[in-house]
Amino acid sequence: MHNSSLALPVLCVSDLTIPLPPGADRTNAVENISFQVAPGKITCLVGESGSGKSVIANAVMGLLPKPLAQATGSISLLGEELLGAPPSRLRLLRGAAMAMVFQEPMTALNPTMTCGAQVDEMLARHVRMNASERRRKILDIFTRVRLPDPERIYASYPHQLSGGQRQRIVIAIALILKPALLICDEPTTALDVTTQAEILKLILELQRENGTAVLFITHDFGVVAEIADDVVVLRLGEMIEAGPKLQVLRSPREPYTRMLLAAVPALSAPQRAPIAPTAPLLEARKLCKTYQTGSWPGKRRHIHAARDVSLLVRPGETVGIVGESGSGKSTVARCIARLIDPTSGDIHVGGQSVARASHRHLSPLRRQVQVIFQDPYRSLNPRQTVGASIVEGPVNFGVPYRQAWAQAEELMHLVRLSPDALRRYPNEFSGGQRQRISIARALACQPKVLIADEAVSALDVSVQAQILKLLADIQQRLSLGILFITHDLRVASQICDSVIVMHQGEVVEQGSIQDVFFAPRHAYTARLLAAAPGRDFAFGQE
Amino acid sequence: MIDGSISTSNDDVAVEPIPPANARRRSLLRTILRNGSVRLGGGVLVLLIAMAAAAPWLGTIDPTAIDPSSGNLLPGTLAEFHSLAGDSFQHFFIMGTDSLGRDIWSRTVYGARVSLTIGIAVAVLALLLGMAMGLLAGYVRRLDGLIMRLMDGLMAIPGILFAISLVALFGGTVATVIVAIAIPEIPRVARLVRSVVLTIREEPYVEAAIALDTPGWKILGKHILPNAIAPLIIQGTYVCAAAILVEAILSFLGVGLPTDMATWGNIMAEGRAQFNEYPHNVLLPGVFLAVTVLAVNILGDGLRDTLDPKLSKREG
Repeated sequence: MHNSSLALPVLCVSDLTIPLPPGADRTNAVENISFQVAPGKITCLVGESGSGKSVIANAVMGLLPKPLAQATGSISLLGEELLGAPPSRLRLLRGAAMAMVFQEPMTALNPTMTCGAQVDEMLARHVRMNASERRRKILDIFTRVRLPDPERIYASYPHQLSGGQRQRIVIAIALILKPALLICDEPTTALDVTTQAEILKLILELQRENGTAVLFITHDFGVVAEIADDVVVLRLGEMIEAGPKLQVLRSPREPYTRMLLAAVPALSAPQRAPIAPTAPLLEARKLCKTYQTGSWPGKRRHIHAARDVSLLVRPGETVGIVGESGSGKSTVARCIARLIDPTSGDIHVGGQSVARASHRHLSPLRRQVQVIFQDPYRSLNPRQTVGASIVEGPVNFGVPYRQAWAQAEELMHLVRLSPDALRRYPNEFSGGQRQRISIARALACQPKVLIADEAVSALDVSVQAQILKLLADIQQRLSLGILFITHDLRVASQICDSVIVMHQGEVVEQGSIQDVFFAPRHAYTARLLAAAPGRDFAFGQE
Repeated sequence: MIDGSISTSNDDVAVEPIPPANARRRSLLRTILRNGSVRLGGGVLVLLIAMAAAAPWLGTIDPTAIDPSSGNLLPGTLAEFHSLAGDSFQHFFIMGTDSLGRDIWSRTVYGARVSLTIGIAVAVLALLLGMAMGLLAGYVRRLDGLIMRLMDGLMAIPGILFAISLVALFGGTVATVIVAIAIPEIPRVARLVRSVVLTIREEPYVEAAIALDTPGWKILGKHILPNAIAPLIIQGTYVCAAAILVEAILSFLGVGLPTDMATWGNIMAEGRAQFNEYPHNVLLPGVFLAVTVLAVNILGDGLRDTLDPKLSKREG
C-alpha cells in the first residue's frame, strides 16, 4: 500500500519531548528522542521500566493519555506529521498505515467476540469488501500467522485459545491491512519462552514478506539480539545510545549500556564450588499434587499439577526448578513450603517428616524454610511498616520484640538498606528494594532453606543482577540451601548447582547444570534451551 | 540470632540510599479533603450535625409543645404561643405550625438529631456485625456455606417488612428502630467483606505471613482487615443514607417511633392530611431529609473515588 517510498524512512521521530504533569517524579516522560525506522528494518527500543519506551510507542500511535498530550518535536510517518494531526486522520491511519501489537493478548482482545469477528470489525471499517471476501481474507491471514485450523479459530473466543495463539490473532489484526509500520510493545513478555521463540520467528518472517518497518519495544537484550537491525537504548526518558545492533551490543560506547549488557545473565557453565555431600537440609520424596475439578453430579477430572517430584537441598546448595507456565514448578515449591497440602509423598526438613503435619504443628518447618515471592509489589502488606513485616516472624517464634527489632536493623545492613527503612511503608520503595526487604523478612527467621519462587522475574535486568548477587553472597555467609524456581534458563545457569526441568507436572530431567544444560538428554530440555533468546550471542564482546 | 560474623563484615558494603520520606502517606486526610464531593457532602453533613447539636439555641421551642389556638400557621408568622402549662410568649414560626400548633422548625431541627443518630448508629452496627460475618465466612472456609446461606435467607425478607415486624414486637424506641433497620443491612455488608477477604487472602503478603507461622487471628487482624477497611467505610456511608430514609418511611407509615416524637417522618405524616392546604408541612422537612441523604451519598461517592477507585458503582 505504502511501499512506493522505499528510500525514505517509514517512521521519523525527531526531538520528541513529552512533558509529564506537574508533581510527577521527573519533568519529561521522554526528552529529545530522535530515531528512524527504515522500511523492512526492525528498530528496537530497549530500556528498563520507567525508561519511557511505551510512551514513545503510544505517542506514535496517537494514543497518549490526555495529561501527556503536550508533546513537542516531530513524529512523521511516511512524511506525514502525526503530532497535532486531527483525531479523525489518526483513526484512519491506525490499522491501515500503522498498527500495534500489545503485551497482553488476553486484554487486547474482546472476550465476548469471536476472533474472526474481531478481525472482521477492523477490516470492515477500512476496506470495501463484501462479507465473503472479508472472510476469505481473514482465513488467509490466519493461515499466514500459522494458526492451525483457521476455520475453527475464526469461530473461537479468545479464552478458548492458548496465549501464543491469541498473540497470533493480535498480529493478524495488526498486519491484515499490510501497514507500513508495525509497533510491537513487549509482544512476547507475557509468553512462555518456547512460544516467545515462535512468535519472534513469525514477526521476522512476516516483516520480511511484507517489507514492514517494525518498531519493537522490549526490556530483554536476548530478544534484541534475536531480531533487531538497529537499537535505541533509553534510560529514564533519555536516549543513551543508538546505532546498528552489532555496534550497540558488541561495542557499546556508553557506560549505562555496558552496565545493562553486563547484567544480562549468560547461558554459560557456572563457576561454583562443588557442594560437600553432607546431610540434606530438605528432602522431598515422590511429591504429588493432584487437583480435582468439577463436583457431583458433573464429571470429575483430576489434574496432576506435580507428579513424583523428588529433590534434595544441601547446605550451601542452590537447586533450580525450571519450566514454563503450568509446568508445576511453583506447585512443588508451595507444597514444600506447605502453603498448599501435597496429595502424596513425603517432605523431610531437618530429619522430621512434615508432609502430613497439621498446620498447628508446622512451626519447625516454618522456622527452617522461608519463601521469597515473585511480585515485590504484592508480597509486602501495604498497611504495615517494613519493620513490622520483618519482625513478624521472629516474634511469632518467641523472640522478644526489642531483640527482633535489633536483628532487623542488622538485616537491613545485610541487604544493603539503611535501618531507617524499617519505619517506612512499602510504597516508598522501588521493586528491587522491596525484594531486598522480602529477603530480609525471610532471613529474620534464620531459616536453613530459602525458597525463591520466581524471586527475580519481575525485576529489571540490572536490579535482577544485584539481587542474584545478594542471594549468592548471603548463601555463602550463612551456608543456606536455596530452592530456586524460575522460567529463565539463563538465570538458572548462573546461580544453580543442580537443576530440575519440569514439563506438565512431570520431571523430565534432573541433574547438575553441566549435564542438563550442556548435554541435555531429553528432547523437551533441548527445545527449551534452544528457545532461550539470544543464547549464542556474546554481549558486550567484540 | 544472627551470628556476629555477619554484622562485622558489613561495614565495607555500601548501603543503598532510600528515597526521602514520602509525604503523600502522611497527608492521606488532605488527599481525601481535596476531593470536591467529599468537601461538599462532608461540609453539608457537618452543618447538619452542628444544627442538630445546637438545636436549643436556633430559635426553637419544645418540639412536642402543643397549642391548639395557634394551629396551622403559615411559615414566617409572628404569633403568641400558649403552652399547656399556662404561660405564653411571642414566637417567630419560621416554618409555621402543624394542626396541633407544634412549631415545625423546632420539630425539624430536633428531628435531625433522631435521623442522624439512627443513620450513624445503624451504619456502625451493620458494619460491625456484617464485618464479623464476612471475615468469618471469607477466612474460615468451613463456616462459609453456613454463614452465607443464613445471609441469603435474611436477604430474602424485605427489609422494611422485617423492620415493621420487629418494631411491632418490641415497641417503638430508638434502640429497636436501630436494630430493626440494621439487621437487614448486615447481609450486604457481609457479602462485600467476604468478597474482599477472598481476594486479599490470595495476596502473596498473606501467604508470606502464613509462611512466617503467623496465627490465623493475627493474619485476619493485621493483614486482611486493614486492607479491607476502605470499601467498608464507603459501604458504611450508603448504609447510613439508607437507614435515614428507612427511619423516615417507618415514621411516615406510623409504625416507627411514637408519633409525638419529633422525627422528619412523623412531621411529614402529620402534614399529610392537610397536604392540599399546607404543603409546606410535608415539603420543608422533606427538603431536609433529601439534603441529608444526598450529602451522605455524595460523601460516600467522594470517599469511594479517593479511597478505592476500583469500586466504580454502588455495591448491592
